[in-house]
Amino acid sequence: MAEQAIPGWKKWLEGSGDQVIFLKGFFRNVFRGGFEWSEFVRQCYEIGYKSFMLVGTTAFIMGLVLALQLRPTLVNFGAVSMLPKSLAVSIVREIGPIITAMICAGKIGSGIGAELGSMKVTEQIGAMEVSGANPIQYLVVTRILATTLMVPVLTLLGDVLGLLGGFLAINITSSVSAMLYFNKCLASIDFTDFLPAFIKTIFFGFVIGFVGCYKGYNSNRGTESVGLAANSAVVTASLWIFVIDAIVVQISSLLFYR
Amino acid sequence: MLSWFRLAVYFFIVNMKETEKVSQKKGNSSETVIHIKGLKKSFGANDVLKNINLDVKRGENVVILGKSGTGKSVTIQCIVGALVPDGGEVEVFGEEVAALKEKQLKELRMKIGFLFQSGALYDSMTVRENLEFPLTRVLKLKDQSDINNRVEEVLENVGLSDAIDKMPSDLSGGMRKRVGLARTLIVNPEIMLYDEPTTGLDPITSREISELILQMQKKYKTTSIIITHDMECADITADRVVIMNDGEYIAEGSVAELKNSKDGLVRSFFKSTL
Repeated sequence: MAEQAIPGWKKWLEGSGDQVIFLKGFFRNVFRGGFEWSEFVRQCYEIGYKSFMLVGTTAFIMGLVLALQLRPTLVNFGAVSMLPKSLAVSIVREIGPIITAMICAGKIGSGIGAELGSMKVTEQIGAMEVSGANPIQYLVVTRILATTLMVPVLTLLGDVLGLLGGFLAINITSSVSAMLYFNKCLASIDFTDFLPAFIKTIFFGFVIGFVGCYKGYNSNRGTESVGLAANSAVVTASLWIFVIDAIVVQISSLLFYR
Repeated sequence: MLSWFRLAVYFFIVNMKETEKVSQKKGNSSETVIHIKGLKKSFGANDVLKNINLDVKRGENVVILGKSGTGKSVTIQCIVGALVPDGGEVEVFGEEVAALKEKQLKELRMKIGFLFQSGALYDSMTVRENLEFPLTRVLKLKDQSDINNRVEEVLENVGLSDAIDKMPSDLSGGMRKRVGLARTLIVNPEIMLYDEPTTGLDPITSREISELILQMQKKYKTTSIIITHDMECADITADRVVIMNDGEYIAEGSVAELKNSKDGLVRSFFKSTL
């Protein structure tokens, strides 16, 4: 007997409902006793420390390239002294958070999706469930909280390295002291530049962890589903990062930049 | 004289109560620990379980035989509450599994060990960490020396003391099954559910695992349901064999009885599995 095809809208609604239930399960377990501190610290190390080189290198290069490309335009307008300010504002407000989040979505989101997907396929999650242990507490809560904490930290480090990249680019073509450069950078950014950007990185981190865990935890049986979980974790998290970015920019524009 | 008589009656009553308490704690061998009646489960249009009835007594080893896809694994997943039945009753220790709340289900699961076909070892942890996991997360033990003693004891019981610091990827199929068995036994479950414990193993290792299951059943005094295609495993471990076909139980008895069954379907099943 052929299975009846389920309409796309119904699948989408079912998926959304499952995500809400998963989210509810996460929050319920966060505030329940028995938090897995050792696993949380391990995840922070895996997610934060082991991503630092990749995020740092990319941010450094982005700062360098941005400075090299901005300089000719500013020279044309006779505004080359605005270069540190332009760099600082663009890196702190947008480039730092977005680049870090996209890298983390690719590296961490896919990693979490594949790891949990593989655990699901090999019945490890099932073994935890039937033994009376709490896999949501051990696997999901720790990973989502670790990404929520570590993505903002990585973004801060990425911002600093991006500015260092800009300093190097400026010193390729001219000579500016580090003191002058960083003083100008810091003088050009204030609380309203930093705070919304920092807040959105918390949401980015949460979304990366949540989507990775949801896709991995709910992957269907079979090895194909592991790859699918990793892939769809990256795609969905990336999409959500841009959506959150657009929303936060709109809200912060209304609040701070009118 | 009367006071002596009263004293004797008093001690008799106290003794009776103590005996009753001990007997309740140990469990009565005629007590039904798993009761399944009219169990039904479907996945979409596929009716996997149509009408399953089974009673398992304390200390009994029941082997469920059947072709692939007849719903054997689904049955034990309903027992442990991993799947919710569409109809019928599944009672474990007199409690309806589907009606249990999350906390009660967790408490019930602490009394049930489930050995997966693959062993389902946590591959990011060493053997020691795999065995510590249920002790620290399920039994919530804190004393590290107690944890170490339990881990070492159960590994010795399954003959794998040397593998304590190995990763699951360094173990053979048979060793993984042994570690999986050790991990389920370490919490001292009252019921053991084995999902094809000898599948994928060579005949010698299969026999060793089957004998180990029987030894552990005697040592830990568990009630067991063993799902298998392996007739040697059934021969070694079974007190009673139940045969499933097309979502229903079609026969039950000892291995010898079923081999000589007058039912052609049962006999043909034995021929095909032997």
